[in-house]
Amino acid sequence: MPELITLLSSLCLLLGAFLIFSGGLGVLRFPDFFTRMHAAGVTETMAVTLIVLGLMLHSGWGLPLFKLLLILLFVMITGPTASHALAKSALHGGLRPLGDDSNNERH
Amino acid sequence: MKHTVSVFLLLASFWLINSGYYKPLLLSFGLVSAIFVVYLTHRMDVVDHESHPLHLFNLKLPSYYLWLVGQLIVSNIDVVKRVWSGKGSISPCTAWLPLSQTSDIGRVIYANSITLTPGTVAMDLEDDRVYVHALSREGLDDLRAGEMDRRVSNLER
Amino acid sequence: MILTVVALALIVVMAMAIARAFLGPTIYDRILAVNLFGTKTVLLIAVVSYIAGRPDFLDVALIYALINFISVIAVLRFFEYGSSKVNDKVGKDA
Repeated sequence: MPELITLLSSLCLLLGAFLIFSGGLGVLRFPDFFTRMHAAGVTETMAVTLIVLGLMLHSGWGLPLFKLLLILLFVMITGPTASHALAKSALHGGLRPLGDDSNNERH
Repeated sequence: MKHTVSVFLLLASFWLINSGYYKPLLLSFGLVSAIFVVYLTHRMDVVDHESHPLHLFNLKLPSYYLWLVGQLIVSNIDVVKRVWSGKGSISPCTAWLPLSQTSDIGRVIYANSITLTPGTVAMDLEDDRVYVHALSREGLDDLRAGEMDRRVSNLER
Repeated sequence: MILTVVALALIVVMAMAIARAFLGPTIYDRILAVNLFGTKTVLLIAVVSYIAGRPDFLDVALIYALINFISVIAVLRFFEYGSSKVNDKVGKDA
C-alpha cells in the first residue's frame, strides 16, 4: 500500500510539473495578453491541484495535510478573481483582444 | 444570526488548523481573536446571505463541483495541447453571452466558473449577460451551448 | 528526488515568468507575469518545505498566497484608476 501511495504521489507531482511548464511556455509563446492569461490559468488550476495533491499524498495524515488543503483552497479562490480583475482592468485600460468582433456592441 | 455563527465556526476551525498547539492559553487567544473578528465584521456589516451564502450549501453543490472538476480537466488538456502545437491552433474570440441566473450570487458563480476553466475568461458582467474571451472558437461554442449556465441556474433553486 | 525535479521545474517557470515580465509589452502582461511568479513561489515554498523536511514552512506559503493576491489587486486598482499617462502608454503599446 505505501508503494502505491508513493507512486500516485510521484505521478501527481510529475504531471503537475509538466502542466506548470506548459503554462509557463504558453505565457511566453502566445501572441497577446488575453491569450497569455489562459495559459496562466492552466498553472493556477490543474497544475496547482496536482502538485498539492502529490504533496498531500507524500505528507500523510496530520496537520500539514489541512494546511496544504487551505493553500489549495486559497489559490483556487484567488486565481480566477485575480484573472478576472486583470482582464477587466486591461479592457478598461483600452487593450483590445485579438479577434475582438463585438466592438460595436459595447457601450 | 446563523451567518454570524457560521463565520465564528469558520474562524475557530481556521485557528485550530493553523495553530497546532492545543494548550489552554493559546486556545483562549484563538477564542478572543475569533470573537474580535466576528465583532469587526459585524461593525463593517459584511456578514449576510451574500458574503456567506449558506442557502447554497445543499446536495446540488457537490455534484456541481464534481462536474466542474471534470470540465477543468477537459479544458486543461485542451489548452495544454494548444500551447504545445503553437500559435496556429488558437483562434481567440470574444462574445457577449446571455445569463439566466436571477440572483447576484448565481451570476458571480457562473462568471467565476467561466474564469476558472482555462480557455475562457469572463471579462465583464452585467445583469443579463457576460462578456467572455475564449482561446478558441470551440471553447466559446461549448459555453454558448449553455450547459454550465443551466447547471448554475439549477444550483440557485 | 521527484520533489527536486518539481522544484527545478518551478524555478524554470519562474524564470519564464520573469522573462515575460521584462518583455512586456503592456503593463498587464507584466502584472500577469508577477502574479504567475507569486503562485509559483507559493508552490516552491511548499515543495521546499518537504525537501527540507520542515512542514512548518507551509504557514509561510499560506501567507504568501494571501499577500500575492492582495498585492495584485492593489496594483490593478492603481493602474485601472491611476493617471491617464499610464493608460495612454498602454493604448499605444497595444
